[in-house]
Amino acid sequence: MILRRHNRILVFGLTGRQATFWAGKMIAYGAPIVGGVNPRKPGIQHLGLPVWASAKDASANCEFDTALLFVPTTAALSATVDALEAGAKVVICLTEHVPVRDVMKMVAMANRCHACLIGPNTAGLVTPGETFAGIMPAFNAQVFRPGEVGVVSRSGSLGTLVCLNLVQSGLGISAFCGVGGDPIIGTTSRQALAVMAVDRKTKAIVLCGEIGGSAEEEAAEYAATISKPVVAFVAGRSAPVGKRMGHAGAIVSGRTGTFASKVRALERNGVAVAHLPSAIPDLVADALQIRPQSRSGPET
Amino acid sequence: MADFCEHVGKVLLAEAGIAVPEGVLVRAASQAAAAFDELGECVVKAQVPVGGRGLAGGIQRAGNAEETARAANEILGMHIGDHDVTTLLIERQIQTCHEFYAAILNDTASRGPLLVFSTAGGMDVENSFTLAPAKSVKYSISLHTGLSFDTARRAVSHLVGGESVDSVADTLARLYDVYLDTDAELVEINPLAIDMTGKAMALDCKLVVDDSAISRQPALAAQKAHRPESRLETKAARSGLKYIDLDGSVGILANGAGLTMTTMDAVETYGGKPANFLEIGGEAYTIAGTATELLLDNPDVRSVLVNFCGAFARTDVMVKGVIESWKAIDPQVPVFFTVHGTGDREARAMIRRDLGLEPFENMDDAVRAAVAAGSSK
Repeated sequence: MILRRHNRILVFGLTGRQATFWAGKMIAYGAPIVGGVNPRKPGIQHLGLPVWASAKDASANCEFDTALLFVPTTAALSATVDALEAGAKVVICLTEHVPVRDVMKMVAMANRCHACLIGPNTAGLVTPGETFAGIMPAFNAQVFRPGEVGVVSRSGSLGTLVCLNLVQSGLGISAFCGVGGDPIIGTTSRQALAVMAVDRKTKAIVLCGEIGGSAEEEAAEYAATISKPVVAFVAGRSAPVGKRMGHAGAIVSGRTGTFASKVRALERNGVAVAHLPSAIPDLVADALQIRPQSRSGPET
Repeated sequence: MADFCEHVGKVLLAEAGIAVPEGVLVRAASQAAAAFDELGECVVKAQVPVGGRGLAGGIQRAGNAEETARAANEILGMHIGDHDVTTLLIERQIQTCHEFYAAILNDTASRGPLLVFSTAGGMDVENSFTLAPAKSVKYSISLHTGLSFDTARRAVSHLVGGESVDSVADTLARLYDVYLDTDAELVEINPLAIDMTGKAMALDCKLVVDDSAISRQPALAAQKAHRPESRLETKAARSGLKYIDLDGSVGILANGAGLTMTTMDAVETYGGKPANFLEIGGEAYTIAGTATELLLDNPDVRSVLVNFCGAFARTDVMVKGVIESWKAIDPQVPVFFTVHGTGDREARAMIRRDLGLEPFENMDDAVRAAVAAGSSK
């Protein structure tokens, strides 16, 4: 999913402290937020926007196609159901620690509605120079500037570091997609790769993975079928086995989810794997056949 | 992961109508001998939430009261997989004619529940799938329709003998109810035995409940197996921080799981060893000061690396917290900062003004400096 300026956004939990900060940043960036949802505060204005009791109520009064969820874990499922029933075609769930059973229901319902669920536990979507939804520093010119590299990441913080490295090296970002750090998520890394593969602005794709699960292995198989170059980094090489490394999905259990398995799958499918994020820009530049001297940045 | 001991899982199975052997929970050898008088020939089983109990000697058969007491004495006080054995389950011995493996788990590939069933119960199932793939089945369950008796029967009928198939299918449908009711990540019966009358019976139970759902399972939360953790891990958990003790000397403070892992990887790449995993992502970014105290409480830390890439976590808020704690503790170890993303301009200004330090422009340089300082005496 690549977010566009024409995507009109309804923000669940708009009146909260964090949502107020981030929605303010989104509005300043040009993202068209049409209003908010808070079942306890219908009828008020917040950030100059109307607040409704539900997406259903909102849909009677305004048009939106995207729902951004700043809601507590207990409300993620009901908010998703509300958003999808009201016709949202994209649901971006930022919430961390949503029970897996609820996530499964969210995924199943999004599929039934032919809608796109991003997350949970995602940092959101950024289309530099155009729009963003979520909790990424799109407005920070050191981290995001328009360009040709699509970035897919399970982690928001690592995604930020990778975008920073690309921009510092003189490259730019066509789109960022945070898929989320949970074991079960709506849009997978493989699906995000598929979207970037057909995006005209995207010339190369960076996949930021981590230990746990098999998302990188699945994305690797797909990468072999597309013509755009894919560069990857996998976090967690030094992580101890059997420990959950912050993200619910980042755990090596037995033989599945290991760093070695992911790197093997990626390399076997022609994906260049960077040893550290700082090595990503050169691999991308090589793949795009950009000569180093044509790039500029604080490092050169 | 919320792990549970066998006896907790078996109570849930029994409540769901799955047959389990008659048993008694004991904490002393004398109680074990008394349990023999009630049960007859029995099995003495260590109650620790880890695999490999049998290999470790934590499961023993006993034919009389003396043997039962002796086995109990031996097993109590054992240390299996980081757990001290303090509780035993004494169960009536069951004569079996076949042992299957059955589990229902959260499947990341199908993004729904998955039934895993194998004819090779009681052994390493991961291996049995590769050795004899024809003898096992994986069946994706739709949350919408669930796992009925008929569906379960169709899924496994080619693997189970005619007489027992109904009993096995009934057990699997009930196992699915347990999976649903407990918010399980995994509920496993291994072995699922067929007794001499052809009926299915659960001889063991492994239950792992989704951490994110444990707060809506209060009855289960109270019975959660205690996880062995270090002094600092306990302290971190009380503050709501994700902390893991490691054995190196470079203390790491970063925001977000992905960035923290990457920072550890970079420390190792440049020849150092991380002293910890500690991330202050999510709402925890507001307690960076508490995290700093925790990090400095580890006597093995010889240098500190602070790597912030602010998205949701505002680096100005985090750096303010770190500086306040740093000044209050005044530790005699060097600290190296690299800070980017949301709020970074203010954050860097604070580091220069309040600590007189220059933050590193890129992560690799900061890591190299922290490793060099943390390795020298």
